[in-house]
Amino acid sequence: MAGNMNITLKVWRQKNANTKGKLVSYNAKDVSPDMSFLEMIDEVNEVLIKKGDEPIAFDHDCREGICGMCSMVIDGRPHGPKEGITTCQLHMRSFKDGDTITIEPWRAKGFPVLKDLVVDRSAFDRIIQAGGYISVNTGVTIDANAIAISKQDSDKAFDAATCIGCGACVAACKNASAMLFLSAKVSQLSLLPQGHPERKSRVENMLQQMEDEGFGNCSNTGACSVECPKEIGQEHIARLNREFIAAKASSDNV
Amino acid sequence: MKLDSKIPEGPIGDKWTKHKFKLKLVNPANRRKYDIIVVGTGLAGSSAAASLGEMGYNVKVFCFQDSPRRAHSIAAQGGINSAKNYRNDGDSVYRLFYDTVKGGDYRAREGNVHRLAEVSVNIIDQCVAQGVPFAREYGGLLDNRSFGGAQVARTFYARGQTGQQLLLGAYSALERQVNEGTVKQYTRHEMLDVVTIDGIAKGVVVRDLVTGEIESHSAHAVLLCTGGYGNVFYLSTNAQGCNVTAAWRAHKKGALFGNPCFTQIHPTCIPVSGDHQSKLTLMSESLRNDGRVWVPAKPGDKRVAADIPEGERDYFLERKYPSFGNLVPRDVASRNAKEMCDEGKGVGASGLAVYLDFADSIKRLGEDAVRAKYGNLFDMYAQITGENPYKTPMRIYPAVHYTMGGLWVDYNLSTTVKGLYALGEANFSDHGANRLGASALMQGLADGYFVIPATLSDYLAEIGPKAVDKNHPAFAEAVKSVKDQTAKLLAINGKKTANEYHKELGKIMWEYCGMARNAEGLKKAQKLIQELRADFWKNVKVSGEAEDLNPNLERAGRVADFLELGELMVVDALNRNESCGGHFREEYQTDENEAQRDDDHYAYVAAWEYKGDNQPEELHKEDLVFENVKLTQRSYK
Ligand SMILES: Cc1cc2nc3c(=O)[nH]c(=O)nc-3n(C[C@H](O)[C@H](O)[C@H](O)COP(=O)(O)OP(=O)(O)OC[C@H]3O[C@@H](n4cnc5c(N)ncnc54)[C@H](O)[C@@H]3O)c2cc1C
Ligand code: SF4
Ligand code: FES
Repeated sequence: MAGNMNITLKVWRQKNANTKGKLVSYNAKDVSPDMSFLEMIDEVNEVLIKKGDEPIAFDHDCREGICGMCSMVIDGRPHGPKEGITTCQLHMRSFKDGDTITIEPWRAKGFPVLKDLVVDRSAFDRIIQAGGYISVNTGVTIDANAIAISKQDSDKAFDAATCIGCGACVAACKNASAMLFLSAKVSQLSLLPQGHPERKSRVENMLQQMEDEGFGNCSNTGACSVECPKEIGQEHIARLNREFIAAKASSDNV
Repeated sequence: MKLDSKIPEGPIGDKWTKHKFKLKLVNPANRRKYDIIVVGTGLAGSSAAASLGEMGYNVKVFCFQDSPRRAHSIAAQGGINSAKNYRNDGDSVYRLFYDTVKGGDYRAREGNVHRLAEVSVNIIDQCVAQGVPFAREYGGLLDNRSFGGAQVARTFYARGQTGQQLLLGAYSALERQVNEGTVKQYTRHEMLDVVTIDGIAKGVVVRDLVTGEIESHSAHAVLLCTGGYGNVFYLSTNAQGCNVTAAWRAHKKGALFGNPCFTQIHPTCIPVSGDHQSKLTLMSESLRNDGRVWVPAKPGDKRVAADIPEGERDYFLERKYPSFGNLVPRDVASRNAKEMCDEGKGVGASGLAVYLDFADSIKRLGEDAVRAKYGNLFDMYAQITGENPYKTPMRIYPAVHYTMGGLWVDYNLSTTVKGLYALGEANFSDHGANRLGASALMQGLADGYFVIPATLSDYLAEIGPKAVDKNHPAFAEAVKSVKDQTAKLLAINGKKTANEYHKELGKIMWEYCGMARNAEGLKKAQKLIQELRADFWKNVKVSGEAEDLNPNLERAGRVADFLELGELMVVDALNRNESCGGHFREEYQTDENEAQRDDDHYAYVAAWEYKGDNQPEELHKEDLVFENVKLTQRSYK
C-alpha cells in the first residue's frame, strides 16, 4: 500500500570520523502517510543498496521510543518537529507532499560522528560509570518492603528515571551540555532513600566526568527539555544543582 | 547423545537448596584468574555480568547496540511476577510454580520452574535496593497488579515501563563493575561464532561493527544472553536488531536447540498498515481488562464501527468464553482473532484486525479515568495510526512476541557444549509451550542474578584457572571462517536485498508456522524455505565494505541464519503431532476447538542436533517427568 507523497531529503553523509561530510539529496517516492520516518528511510536505502550504493547509516533498534538508539536532527530539531516523541515514533503524516527535509546527526564534541547519522555516545555510559548507581551487590537480603517510600517521591523518581539516554538534550543545547541527562539520574537516586549514602560523591563525580568528556556547561536556556522525547523537566536540573551545592558544602572529595 | 537435564533428586522444594550446597565454589582470591565472556546485555546478560564481576571474576561483555542499556528488555511494558504474596491473596512459591507449569501447557520442567518461583522473591529485593522505582501505594509500600488472567496480584510494575526500569537497574550495576575494573564492555560488537577446543567452549569471534574488524576473545566460559528469535517472522514486537545469530552459530558448533517451534503470538498489537511496515508495536495486555473485543457479525461488512449497531456486532470472546470473556489467555485470544478474520469479519483496510472497544468503559468510568489508566498507550496508538481511540475503537491484531524455544540447557544453564551457557530468552528453559505474562523478565533476572553465579562457579572450579591457550589454531580457524562468510556475502552481488529475503521468509513463517499450523502447510513451508535459502546465496545484494560500519552486511548475516532456523522451526512443528500452548496444529483440537495435547507421546522437550549444511537435523528427546503437577486440559469456557 504505497502512498503518494514525494519528499526530497537532504541527508548528512560522512564516510567516517576522519573524513569531512556533506549534505546529499535523495528523493523519497510514493511515501505513505502511515509510514514511520525510519520506514521512509528504509525504502530510500533499499533503492540505494540495489544500485550498489551504500545505504544511509543511522542508529535505531526498538522503533517504539524506548531504547534511545534513534537520533536524527530533522530540519534542525533533535527527533523532529513533534514534541514528546523520538525519531522512530515520528510518522510521515506529519509532513506533506513536496516537502524538503534536512537530516543531520547529533552534533556535539562529546558525540563524534562515526558515519553518516551515527554518532558515538559512549560518553554517556562513562558518565553513568562515574556514579550513576547505588553500590549494592547481588544478593541483598533486605526485604523490598522494609523501607516505605512516599508515593510522591517514588513517582517523581520514576519521572526522572524515564530518561532513555538518547542525547537529544545535548544535541539541542547551544553549549552541548549533558546536564539534563545527568540530572535525570542524579534526581532519581537522590529522591530515593537507597540513593542517599552516595549522594555527595555521585553528583560530584558525574559532573566531573561530564566535563572530562567535553560536554559544555548548563546556562539554563531550557532547550533540552523542549526537545527531550521523555519530557524530562528543568526541575531535575534544579535538583541536581541543589545536590551539588550541598555536596560542595561538605565534600568528602577534598 | 544422551540428554541429562541434571535435575537434582529430592522433594521439589528442596532441590535448589540442596543443589547449591553441592556445587563447588571458587576461592575469592582465585576468581580474577578466570575470564568469562557474556554476550548480551539485556536483563539476563547485564545481571549475569554485573554479578560475576562483583564476585571477582574477570568479565568481558558484548552487545551490538551502542550501549548495554539499549537491549530489547528495555521495551517490556507490563511487569514482573514474584511470589512475594504482599497482597495476602493466597499466592506462594508453590502457586507461582504451579501456574507457570500449567500456563506452559505442561511442556516445562518442574525442577526449573520451581527454582524460578523460589528466586522470584529475591529479585524484587535486589531491584528495589538498586533504586528501581516500582509503583507504590499511598502507604509507601509496593503496589501489585494481576496480569494476564492470573488469579492473584503478583505482578510488580513501573508504570508501562517495567522492562526499562529493571534493565536500567541491571545496567547501573554493570556500569559500576566497569568502573571497578572487573568488567570490560564492548559495545557495537556482534558475536559471530563460538570457538571450541576439543568440543569445549573457549571463546568467541566478534565483529567490531564500527571498524569491521574481526577479532577473537578467549575465556574459561561463554554465556549467551542474546535474546529471542521472534524476528524470524520479519514482523514482530522485537527490536530491529533482535536476531538468532549467536544462538544459531552456537547450535552449529554442537549446542542442541530446544523446542524451536514454540513461539508466542500476542493478541493485542497494532495491525500492519502496509508493505513498508518494519515492526509491530505491542499494546499492553492490560487493555483487555477494560476493552471489549468485537467484529461485525456479518462477513464483509465494511461500515465504520460507529455505523454498526449493537445487534450486528459479534463480541466473539465473550460469546465463546463466557467465564473468561476478553481475558482468555494470549494464545486463545490470538487464534480467535485470526479465525474471525479468516471468516471475512476482519476490520480496517486490510481486513486483518479486530476492534478493541473502550466505549463502554468510557461511559462507565469517564474519559478521564480511562486516560489515567491507559493514557500513554492511547497516545502511542494515535501516534502510529492517526486515529483517536477515545472516539473510535482501536484496531488490534496478533503479532509474534516471544520465543519459548531456544538453546537447550540443563538445570545449570549449560548447553550441550561444555563451557557454553545460555540465559534469558535465548534458552528454552522455563516456559514450556506458552509463557505467562510478566514471567520473562523474572526468568532473565533469575538466570543472571541468582542461578548462573552459583552454577558457573561449579564448572570453573572443576576446570581450574589455567589460562586458555590463545594461540590454539581453533581461534584462527574460527576467525577465518567468519571472514570467509563476510567476503562471500559481499561477493554475490545479486539483485535482491537481504531485507527482501527476510520479508519473504517472514511471510512463509507467518502463513504456515504462525498461529495455526497443519502438516500439509508445514511441508510446503519447508520446501519454500529451502528454495528461498538457495536463492539467497545466489542472488543477494549486499553493498558497502567489510571493513567499515555496514548495517547492510550485518542484516544479511542475520537473515542467512534466520533462513536456516526457519526450516528447523517448521520441522519441529511438523514433528509435534499435538497442539500445546502456542503450538496449535489444526489436526489436533478438542471438540471445543481448543488445543489437544498428546501427553502419552509428546510430553518431551524436542532438542535438535545440527548435522551439517542442508542435512536433516537429528531429534533428541528429553522426557518430562511430572511428580507434583497434575496434567489437565486447559479450559476457559
Ligand atoms: C514489546 C515487548 C514487551 C514485553 N513485555 C514483557 C513484560 O511485560 N513482562 C515480561 O516478563 N516480559 C515481557 N517481554 C519479554 C521480555 O522483555 C524478554 O523476553 C526479555 O527482556 C529478554 O531478555 P534477554 O536478556 O534474554 O534478551 P534481550 O533483552 O533481548 O537482550 C539481548 C542482548 O543480546 C545482544 N545480542 C544479541 N545478539 C548478539 C550478537 N550476535 N552479538 C552480540 N550481542 C548480541 C543484544 O545486543 C542485547 O544486548 C516483552 C517483550 C517485548 C518484545
Ligand atoms: S534527558 Fe531526555 S533528551 Fe536527554 S538523554 Fe534523557 S531522554 Fe534523551
Ligand atoms: S529506535 Fe528505540 S527509541 Fe527510537
